[in-house]
Amino acid sequence: MESRINERKFKRINRRELLKLAPVVALGAFALPKLQAPLLKAGLGFSDWASALLFRKGLLAPTYADSEVAPIEKFYVNDYDVDDPGVDFDKWTLTVSGSVQKPGDYTLAQIQALPKIRHNTRHVCVEGWDVIGSFGGARLSDFLRVIGADTTSRVVYFECADDYYESLDMATALHPQTLLCYEMYHQPLTREHGAPLRLQIPTKVGYKQAKYLTDLKVTNVLQKVGYWEDQGYSEFYGL
Amino acid sequence: MPEAVIEIESAKSDETTPAIYEHPWPVRFCHWLNAVALFVMVGSGLQIFRAFPSFGAKVPQKNLLDWPKSLAIGGWLGGALQWHLTFMWIYIGTGLFYLGYQIFSGNYRQILFTTRDVPGVWPMVRHYFFLGPKPPSREAYNPLQKQAYTSAIILGILSVLTGLVIWKPVQFSWLAWLMGGFHMARLWHFLVMWAILLFIFGHLVMVVLHGWNNFVSMLTGWKKNPDYTPR
Repeated sequence: MESRINERKFKRINRRELLKLAPVVALGAFALPKLQAPLLKAGLGFSDWASALLFRKGLLAPTYADSEVAPIEKFYVNDYDVDDPGVDFDKWTLTVSGSVQKPGDYTLAQIQALPKIRHNTRHVCVEGWDVIGSFGGARLSDFLRVIGADTTSRVVYFECADDYYESLDMATALHPQTLLCYEMYHQPLTREHGAPLRLQIPTKVGYKQAKYLTDLKVTNVLQKVGYWEDQGYSEFYGL
Repeated sequence: MPEAVIEIESAKSDETTPAIYEHPWPVRFCHWLNAVALFVMVGSGLQIFRAFPSFGAKVPQKNLLDWPKSLAIGGWLGGALQWHLTFMWIYIGTGLFYLGYQIFSGNYRQILFTTRDVPGVWPMVRHYFFLGPKPPSREAYNPLQKQAYTSAIILGILSVLTGLVIWKPVQFSWLAWLMGGFHMARLWHFLVMWAILLFIFGHLVMVVLHGWNNFVSMLTGWKKNPDYTPR
């Protein structure tokens, strides 16, 4: 298979072969200050889109035996500003609005009247640590039924007593393990863990699991996505 | 036309230089794309690691090492995650395209270490330690090189699988179980990264030792004066 070509032709072939690699140079766009932020935003958006596709509604997160649960002292308390926003438990209600048939203020007793779910699941923080905890509460899906939520809406949006806010895609909101959580370790939620009511979602990363809930809104449009999301974290971050 | 020797005629004299087409463009394309992607993945991964530089419990937290921010990409956890979650698609896409090309073109034979390569390992080790002559070769890569490149590909696959488990421990809970759980997967992901860095270090040393013609072959596909005669 031996053949001969002259030097000029060889150089031309080489140049053509080198040109085939040119698209790699396009990655240099990530180094341009003007393009970097939009490109990364698009990348994260694609990643979130793929995450939503990967999410399986019927798939349950692993649950663990009581012996595998970390003691509550080892359940790290993470807040963005205060451990205790000073919620007045006697006056507390969850204010429901948006695409629901029965908007208004709901008491903790009304939420506790729903079937109670208890499970031991893994809490995973975006930072990389994880802890297996014990949680109890009502299914968010049950509550959405009680308030007559339009479950074809895109998101459920939450506001909290500490000015934290969060939004949850409807598929995750309807997942059977997604809880309006009022108990941890078989005890009423403590103030630093988000009393009187928090989100507990075994299929989501920690920052999606807002504490000290005060408002719930079923909606298609969001002014704000979430406290951390609006600073550049993933919007979906499903586990 | 992989691995066919041609003779380049000099414009000035009657001399000719042998050259061989060693790397089809998909291999070169993936190589450089992957080089960039890996650089970003490692840099941003180390910034992510800085958020919790431990493999133990959060309470009490025992930090393993304080990786300098200047040797990481992204500046903060959220930024690093943006880089990591963006480039992981480039990394995975490149990997799938590469594997698909290698398998369907048959070009994988160039680097896949198989049992046929085993007898050639010891003579090559002796040569690298200056204890023996260079074994004659009829292939682009000697058994040790094949072993290194095959390992690198396996490490690449492991880096993706361990990463998927950390990213989605619920959707990939069976994979997490295979790896010994979420905790262990995070440790494996970290160790696989160091193994890849070790490979890259060795790779770069060998590239320097093998000279310019060898380096150019990963750019143009053609290697002048190859040190082997193909079958």
